[in-house]
Amino acid sequence: MQYDRLYHRDIRKTIDGKLVVCYLLLVLTGLLNIYASVHAMGELTFVNAFESRAMKQLVWMLASVAVAALILLVINPQLWEVISLPSYAIVVMMLVAVIFVGGDIKGSNSWFKLGAVSFQPAEISKITTSLVLAALINRPDFRLSKIRDFIIAAAVIVVPMLIIIAEKETGSALVYLGFVFVLYREGLSGWFLFCITVMILLFILTLTASPYVSALVLCSIVTFCYHLANGKVKRWVLTAVPVIASAAFVPKLFSAAGETSFLSRIQPLWIIIGPVLISLPIKAFKAFRRKSLSAWISIISVVAGILVILSTDFVFNKVLKDHQRSRIEVLLGMKEDPTGVGYNVNQSLIAIGSGGFTGKGYLNGTQTAYGFVPEQSTDFIFCTVGEEWGFVGCVAVIGLYVFLIWGIIRDAEQSRSAFTRVYGYCVASIIFMHLFINVGMTVGLMPVIGIPLPLLSYGGSSLLSFTIMIFIFLALDRQEKRYF
Amino acid sequence: MELSRRNKLLTGLCVTAAILVGRLFYVQIINDRYKLDSSNNSMLYDVIYPTRGIIYDRNGHILAGNKVAYDILVTPREVTEFDTLALASALDVSPDFIREKMQGYRKRKSRIGYQSVVMMKMLPPERYMKFAELQYKFPGFKGQVRSMREYPFNAGGNLLGYVSEVDEDYMEKHPGEYKPRDYAGKTGLEAAREKDLRGEKGYHILLRNSHNQVQDVYKNGEMDKDAVPGKNIVTTIDAQLQQYGQMLMQNKVGSLVAIEPSTGEILTMVSSPGIDVDVLSNIGEHYTQIVSDPYKPMFNRAVQASYPPGSVFKLINGLIGLEEGVLQPSYTYPCVNGYPYGNGHKLGCHGHRSPLDFEDAVMMSCNGYFCYVFKNILENKKYQNTSEAFDRWREYVTSFGLGEKLGSDFPFELGGNVPTSKYYNKIYGKNGWRFSTVISLSIGQGELGITPLQIANICAILANRGYYYTPHLVKDSEGIEIDSKYHERNYTKVDTNHFKKVINGMWLAVNAPPGTGNTAGAAAVPGLDLCGKTGTAQNPRGADNSVFICFAPRDNPRIAVAAYVENAGFGATWACPIASLLVEKYLTGEIREERKAVESRIMEAYLMSRVKKD
Repeated sequence: MQYDRLYHRDIRKTIDGKLVVCYLLLVLTGLLNIYASVHAMGELTFVNAFESRAMKQLVWMLASVAVAALILLVINPQLWEVISLPSYAIVVMMLVAVIFVGGDIKGSNSWFKLGAVSFQPAEISKITTSLVLAALINRPDFRLSKIRDFIIAAAVIVVPMLIIIAEKETGSALVYLGFVFVLYREGLSGWFLFCITVMILLFILTLTASPYVSALVLCSIVTFCYHLANGKVKRWVLTAVPVIASAAFVPKLFSAAGETSFLSRIQPLWIIIGPVLISLPIKAFKAFRRKSLSAWISIISVVAGILVILSTDFVFNKVLKDHQRSRIEVLLGMKEDPTGVGYNVNQSLIAIGSGGFTGKGYLNGTQTAYGFVPEQSTDFIFCTVGEEWGFVGCVAVIGLYVFLIWGIIRDAEQSRSAFTRVYGYCVASIIFMHLFINVGMTVGLMPVIGIPLPLLSYGGSSLLSFTIMIFIFLALDRQEKRYF
Repeated sequence: MELSRRNKLLTGLCVTAAILVGRLFYVQIINDRYKLDSSNNSMLYDVIYPTRGIIYDRNGHILAGNKVAYDILVTPREVTEFDTLALASALDVSPDFIREKMQGYRKRKSRIGYQSVVMMKMLPPERYMKFAELQYKFPGFKGQVRSMREYPFNAGGNLLGYVSEVDEDYMEKHPGEYKPRDYAGKTGLEAAREKDLRGEKGYHILLRNSHNQVQDVYKNGEMDKDAVPGKNIVTTIDAQLQQYGQMLMQNKVGSLVAIEPSTGEILTMVSSPGIDVDVLSNIGEHYTQIVSDPYKPMFNRAVQASYPPGSVFKLINGLIGLEEGVLQPSYTYPCVNGYPYGNGHKLGCHGHRSPLDFEDAVMMSCNGYFCYVFKNILENKKYQNTSEAFDRWREYVTSFGLGEKLGSDFPFELGGNVPTSKYYNKIYGKNGWRFSTVISLSIGQGELGITPLQIANICAILANRGYYYTPHLVKDSEGIEIDSKYHERNYTKVDTNHFKKVINGMWLAVNAPPGTGNTAGAAAVPGLDLCGKTGTAQNPRGADNSVFICFAPRDNPRIAVAAYVENAGFGATWACPIASLLVEKYLTGEIREERKAVESRIMEAYLMSRVKKD
């Protein structure tokens, strides 16, 4: 009974009202823009009202608010930790099952069809993965620095991710990379984040510039870190920098030497890899004698980096599918293709760019209204915002997201239970990844990856799962504030 | 201060958000590209096509002008239900044509979007007016003004060339210059002067609202661009003379070129059989027929055909002999039906008195005499061997504009061929050949290949006594300045003084009293003071080619002509009267009564059947 009494007494104090308002604003913005992006398809009449996407979304929105209230006010928040493991197991099984029985929607096998409604287990999987990760880290004996615990935590994230890749939903799988931020917050070494960043950088450099440049950058990063760790930055500037700078001119030498020269028979890349391979055993011997950890790490990083560079070509041409490869090529400017793959991005940029500072006004957008921007009410909903509300509207929407993510992290940090904190970071990271990938895609900073903008994009399954995700956190947060 | 991990992550969040906002700032505010992109659907670019520059002749007559035509455009998204039969009758096409087109647009619906596509091209105004009256019944259909070539004279089809719509291939070869639906000159002057003639397109920018209604003119038309009409071109052609030349050459295969020697301006350039101008304006319809014609009317013989010049070339050999000092005008050589050279061979000649001096040899076109001349040139003691003498000889020949392109402003010009000593060394081995091996060069046969334009230019050189202006077709006019090389004299390596004797011979060839054995009496027109030289060039593919060059008057010549008729026979029979009629027409404006019979004989002659087709 105490539970009810508290609920009646403290509702305004215990619920983070600012985040609820932020949530509602985003959903309403979504609704308005979905209407804007479909209204020109045909005038709305009473008969077709329920056929319209805006109307459907309104129904979903009401359902989501009801579910949100249920989670926030009725369900005991302690339930979530209890059901985390079983729900995770069930969802993983559903993820596998959907590959075999799922309907094929837009080239991926990730949808369950139940009559008129279809839903994606991958959406729920984000919640269950977050819950189980939170429960795992909340265990008193859990230490991320222990290899065993680290591997378990990594497995919890990677297993659903791999299954989703098998479902050909690369975009959703990419979101799981966001969990790295959670692990970082919970004590994962910053070097891990750094290494992932460097690997991505090397991959992109190898594709856009050349393996040679990539190897050169790798060498400079590793030597810099090694000297930094030993406090000899000055020496690095004096020795490594001139060597690397002069090595940068080697390819010029090659092109100057012409095709008949013997130089043309060897690739410039081997000029770097050759000496590195020869000097590695010597360095390793020295490291062994001096028992220098930083030297060992440098050696391992160089080997790993070179492996990344050498495998880039293989991954890019053999592992990635044709459409993924061409999207990356267009993004990196390796291929101009405004009518093919680049078409979406080009149209999206025209829509957003034509909005200018204040936009063309609500329902006055022409680019989105004519159906030139594909998937305009789902993945490209941000175009409608950009065109009709302009730069001001875009900044406002991004501001709302930043406010939401910031608020979640703040609440998470304030909670005493690790479960709430970790779960909060998971929610924040997932929303962040969606925001970055989706908006990045519409403004041409990211390749075209089909994932929705949380709460704004059309789609009931997406809206509902984000609502559940956010409100579980708000419920957990409320519980914290109530009992402590 | 050491940042906590939480603050590091929050910083990362803010940096990411800042990157997105920064990019939005760039796309929405700084960069104009996405606002003005032509694929911006709210902007409607209404293209204004320029009119093509007019091509005039030297006297201000229009050779190629413009007339209005209309394209019919369709904007499929604006089309409502309409009466197919009514539209078909308005446009004068079959209902099936319209049904097929509309079906095609439906299939490409998403690609077309809100753009307009062309349904019919270049309708003449009469047909368009019928449609325009009923246009209100067919929303989504509209006409767009274009311009089309019109030719008041049937003159110079081949040298004008045709204009047609650009295709994928053409656009690829001229990246960024053309868009679909543009027209470009493909051959002749239209191609050579495309950059001047085409003009610049303009456009109105209109704005649409989200309901696809045109709402406004973008920025009050500030960004609109007017079309700039193409520049007019004044050619050196005399339209009436060109037309007359075409009539003289009708039903004959060959070429007729007239040059004004004092300027190098081409007065007439006929390639026969050629293309009529009414075919030019509708090249698409006639294209297969033209291409399959065995006489190749597209082949511009005047600048592309490489012919042996025949006896005309004797003049050059004579001049070289005089300049080299191995020939004096007073030298006489015997000739009894030809010139015997080794092993009982003989280069034949026609019957005439013997021996002859230089002037008489020119007048009578004696083969034997010029064999001696050429022998003197190649066996000149000044040079170590035949090879060296030959190279010297070739230097002289090329100074007459032979062996390589003259560099006229006409596109696709070819240079013909003058063999080199290397060429003979290759065939006969070094020093394995001598005068008798290349004896046919003495009378303009053998490996020589010369275009009719080059032959006409030789005539202009003779008329000028030793120099020429590079022949050209376009004159300086307002907005057009031709290359300064067309105003420069090109001197041959032969001294002016030596030309006197040759010209005397040419004058005698035309004007000597009957019975003296002159070869070109048929060209004589009292009072015109014509100088000429016949040629009868062997053609391995049938009867001899008939060649004639002439200029008039003898002093201060105003016109130099070369006529070349394939497989026609003696130069004196066909080419000679053709060229002289052209000169007479140009200098007096009409043909004298007593020459009318010759004129009608030429115009009615049908010599095509003598030509072997491929």
